[in-house]
Amino acid sequence: MTESQQPIISIKNLDTHYGDRQVLFDVNLDVQPGEIMVIMGGSGSGKSTLLKHLLALKNPTKGSVHIDGLALHSASAGEIKQLRKKMGVAFQGGAMLSSLTVGENIRLPLEHNSKLDRQTIDIMMRMKLELMSLAGFENLMPSELSGGMLKRAGLARAVVMDPKILFFDEPSAGLDPITSVELDELILKLREAMNMSMVIVTHELDSAFKIADRIMVLFDGRVAQIGTVDEIKHSDDIRIQNLINRRPRDEAMDGDAYLKRLVSGENS
Amino acid sequence: MQIIVDDFDRFKVVKLSGEVDLHNSRDVKKLLLGHLEELAHILVDFTELEYIDSSGMATLVEAFNLSKTKKLDFHIVGAKDAPLQVLKLTRLDSIFSLLESREQALD
Repeated sequence: MTESQQPIISIKNLDTHYGDRQVLFDVNLDVQPGEIMVIMGGSGSGKSTLLKHLLALKNPTKGSVHIDGLALHSASAGEIKQLRKKMGVAFQGGAMLSSLTVGENIRLPLEHNSKLDRQTIDIMMRMKLELMSLAGFENLMPSELSGGMLKRAGLARAVVMDPKILFFDEPSAGLDPITSVELDELILKLREAMNMSMVIVTHELDSAFKIADRIMVLFDGRVAQIGTVDEIKHSDDIRIQNLINRRPRDEAMDGDAYLKRLVSGENS
Repeated sequence: MQIIVDDFDRFKVVKLSGEVDLHNSRDVKKLLLGHLEELAHILVDFTELEYIDSSGMATLVEAFNLSKTKKLDFHIVGAKDAPLQVLKLTRLDSIFSLLESREQALD
């Protein structure tokens, strides 16, 4: 990764509302090719909404999102479809289709988006299962897998087409510490071998500090800081220090904003 | 991607350059399987290959498997950088015969 390259993801002055409620405020972010960007923040900080924008599932009220040079707000459905072939998404719970086997789930993107024949697709599917230490699990149903296995199976499906960009929502959530560390190592291996850019949404600090090149910290829909692991660890922002030290957020409460919310219901 | 085929001793050399991906791996497959059906020993030359994705690797696995069935030699020559990393990540380096030079295939 070099800073001089054209960013693969570029977010400029992004504002977003759900109805009257503004949930993202003037968000700016560039992600470089091959970079692992971790988005951190507490519940309700806007992480998931930001991810929706990156997946072209939501349009901004203001501002823009460019991915691999494509302006999402003005792109056609066909352009978005082509772009999605370069994007892999691993969802929090694996999001496997329960009526299909693990192997059928992983094959699905290839069957829909390539003209490869069945034998090639099967080998690709098994290679990804090997990669995720799930060799021999292809004929099991998702309901027969543990939480950690489901997550790895979801990751196998997300990378089966060798995407340029991987989006991963809460990779460590619900995993035991050892499985979580294994998954972190797998993420780093994937980046190293495939030079994949990754955007990983997490609230797990240990995981974020291990895998991130840079971290974006969101609070109440606003970017508190974007920086390297070291910069975030040594941030002067009391809210970030509280997040790192797992202190309740009320120590960093903005009194004026709180008063406004209580008195007038305004959220900004 | 460019494919150049030439001969080296008893081998057909299939030299891949540029990028092998979903869009062109079927061409590689057709070529390799075709030569194997004609009972040619194969060297796949990676020296100018910049990138190969999973579909390319899967294609090589299919071809390698056919070579074993037909008792033909099948080697990959000059894998380095990203393609070598992908081979290692997918642990296919434990399946394929990886050589540094064409001459090693004659040993």
